[in-house]
Amino acid sequence: MTDREPILKVRDLSVEFTISSGGFFGGTKILRAVKNVSFDLYQGETLGIVGESGCGKSTLSRAIIRLLPATSGEAVWLGSDIQKMNSNELLGLRKDIQMIFQDPLASLNPRMTAGDIIAEPLKIHMPNVSKAERATRVAEMMQKVGLLPNMINKYPHEFSGGQCQRIGIARALITNPKLIICDEAVSALDVSIRAQVVNLLMDLQKELGISLLFISHDIAVVRHIAQRIMVLYFGEVVEIGEAEQVTMDPHHDYTKRLIASVPVPDPKVEMERREERRRLRKTAAAAA
Amino acid sequence: MPGLTGKDQVLTDYANKLAVLDAPKGRSLTQDALRRLSKNKAAVISIGIVVLIILVAFIGPYFVPWRYSEVDWTAIRKPPDFDKGHYLGTDQNGRDMLARVLQGTQMSLIVAGVATIVSVTIGVIYGAVSGYFGGRVDSLMMRFVDVMYALPYILFVIILVVMFGRNPVLLFVGIGAIEWLTMARIVRGQTLSIKEKEFIEAARASGAKPFAIIMRHIVPNLSGPVVIYATLTIPEIIIAESFLSYLGLGVQEPQTSLGTLISAGAPVAEVLPWMLMGPAAVLVTLLLCLTYIGDGLRDALDPKDR
Amino acid sequence: MALLEVKNLKIDFLTHDGTVHAVKDLSYTLEKGKTLAIVGESGSGKTQGAFALMGLLPKNGRASGSVMFDGKEILNLPTRDLRAYRAERIGIIFQDPMTSLNPYLRISRQMTEVLELHRGMSHSAALAESVRMLEAVRIPDAKNRVHMYPHEFSGGMRQRVMIAMALLCSPELLIADEPTTALDVTVQAEIIDLLVDLQEDFNTAIILITHDLGIVAGTCEDTLVMFDGRVMEYRKTADIFDKAEHPYTQGLLAAVPRLDRKVERLSTVSYDFVAAKGEA
Repeated sequence: MTDREPILKVRDLSVEFTISSGGFFGGTKILRAVKNVSFDLYQGETLGIVGESGCGKSTLSRAIIRLLPATSGEAVWLGSDIQKMNSNELLGLRKDIQMIFQDPLASLNPRMTAGDIIAEPLKIHMPNVSKAERATRVAEMMQKVGLLPNMINKYPHEFSGGQCQRIGIARALITNPKLIICDEAVSALDVSIRAQVVNLLMDLQKELGISLLFISHDIAVVRHIAQRIMVLYFGEVVEIGEAEQVTMDPHHDYTKRLIASVPVPDPKVEMERREERRRLRKTAAAAA
Repeated sequence: MPGLTGKDQVLTDYANKLAVLDAPKGRSLTQDALRRLSKNKAAVISIGIVVLIILVAFIGPYFVPWRYSEVDWTAIRKPPDFDKGHYLGTDQNGRDMLARVLQGTQMSLIVAGVATIVSVTIGVIYGAVSGYFGGRVDSLMMRFVDVMYALPYILFVIILVVMFGRNPVLLFVGIGAIEWLTMARIVRGQTLSIKEKEFIEAARASGAKPFAIIMRHIVPNLSGPVVIYATLTIPEIIIAESFLSYLGLGVQEPQTSLGTLISAGAPVAEVLPWMLMGPAAVLVTLLLCLTYIGDGLRDALDPKDR
Repeated sequence: MALLEVKNLKIDFLTHDGTVHAVKDLSYTLEKGKTLAIVGESGSGKTQGAFALMGLLPKNGRASGSVMFDGKEILNLPTRDLRAYRAERIGIIFQDPMTSLNPYLRISRQMTEVLELHRGMSHSAALAESVRMLEAVRIPDAKNRVHMYPHEFSGGMRQRVMIAMALLCSPELLIADEPTTALDVTVQAEIIDLLVDLQEDFNTAIILITHDLGIVAGTCEDTLVMFDGRVMEYRKTADIFDKAEHPYTQGLLAAVPRLDRKVERLSTVSYDFVAAKGEA
């Protein structure tokens, strides 16, 4: 992993929002959602981004694919700066980088059939593909993500949450992307379905050699799926490293507190961890 | 290797094709809503009555013994007379009231239909564009709507009539051009909430162009409020048309509309009650039914809202 | 005598598409000052099963069976009679605190109102008691914050306010419905730890409803696992985590990635037991 060129190189990326504090004469406040974030992502690798609500992890992912403008810094995709891409290059980027969203049902247009939803990126990026070929590729993709192809004419509300997320995954895969950004992709799913979707993502990644940017608040799931983990806290990277190292031997206080907070399904261990948490909270309070 | 002959491959493909061919049709949200609507008795009966009124208004004139402009010199200001074929009596000029009511209903329905289509088309596109782009575009477009709102529509129609003469087509356009304002506001509000949904972001992330997003993802999801609002607009337009005709700005003689008929019948209601009864009954029934249909649609389209 | 005894609770919902059986058969007992976790995935009926106790079912819901609270039948009591139980003897914490806090009233007003109404306290005494309760749920600077509006608190602080309000009349039973689902992990740990401490201090019985087996482990004495409106397993928490008997519980436990153990592949929950039992 050391000699290869990263497919995505992010350097000192910052995103700021201007918030008007209300009222006619109210001034504006600048909110720095992402502060000087830098990281590399290699082909076939999974990088987990962990952080709590409001830490800027979703903002970061949207700035990378230019759904939001970055204030400073750069994100370089395969050698070209994303911020400077023209509309043609940007279209190519949108083909290479796909996203999977948090809410399985809300991320699918309720008025479109599963087949139309999965085929949409194809229509945008390969308008020359014939209707028949499109149907075949949609059917193939549905099988790949574990859906029966004869569900092609069904609407999102007729699927379960797990199946909806599979449709979302099929839509993300149909353009043969190089990177998939999973934004809390399994957080809204029930435990049993979450395991299935996590397994599916890992299998697909192995088979297709794509990279994943796996964003989640759940560090246990991230450790399971990712090789490297980046911890975000109030828009800043507080820790980045191998998954084992970050979870077993965290350096930053926040990472320590985060890991101590994850419940472990073992009563004896959990009693000890409660003591550990009390201790950490006291030190945090003393520091503040 | 899937066998030398590639038989497996061929068979799998075949099986896949079959699977696709047999794909059962899904139940769309519209179908769901129609199913719920069909359980609403008041709405179903109202739809039946409205359809009946439309059919009778358009086919009826061919089966009525008198034409709406024909004068029967032997029967002027006569109450219903079955022997002569004046089932609803005649007016001061000896014209058959039944034929006139049918023609009036027809005219009112056409005005309502065309004006609604005009207002829905303009309103939906205008509102969706304004809401989707937001920011300065939105402010500008909505301020224009506010300015238009400030103009009294009677004045607007009077100016149109003065400039282009009395012409039913003008009436449709004039009314439609006023009604779309409310539509645009409703659609803009809906668009603002829809555009925050994840599936819009998903479309943007996969590179869809703004216009494609509006037409494919936003407009279809607006159908609920639009359909409801349109059903409630129809009666409003019928009333507006009646009002304009009452003022003498509407349909021209010998053609007539429900509003014109009522305005002619109202002053003589005590002496010639049949002149008011017919058109009034049709108008009231039509308005009541449309309101029930609108209510039914609202319940059917967002069942959680009850 | 047990504080709460639920027997053969059944809950049906009449919908457009026919009757939905949300809870098919639910029985459990809770002693005074004890804690019970009800665990299940979405659609298992765990929330409806608890809401029925308080008469909080939606209009189209029908509950049958028996719920004895302190020796009295409370299931399907008229709202007027239930009001005596709500707040005073049974407190509830919801998933989203904003649903039960009035956004237009200061916290002080909302808290003192409860005390003045149920306890007949004077305003100043009620205010002092409210501040004391906010301090008990570890809200810093409670004296000043009691006069703030709900939206001025963060999510975790709001949930603390909710807990303080639920505990105001020192109820004998506290029902917590997914109290931490909407919160961050670090805040979740704080709230759960707080609940455990409060339970010890106030000796309140707690029913903790959750989808997360993890937070149950160090919290509750007994655990009841629900699936499809039925009880799958109902035992001591330690026993369930030590050696789960039911295949569904085993599946749930194995499907969660754990920080203290590394697995190559997550196992998924098998629903074979549904077929094995011969009925769904």
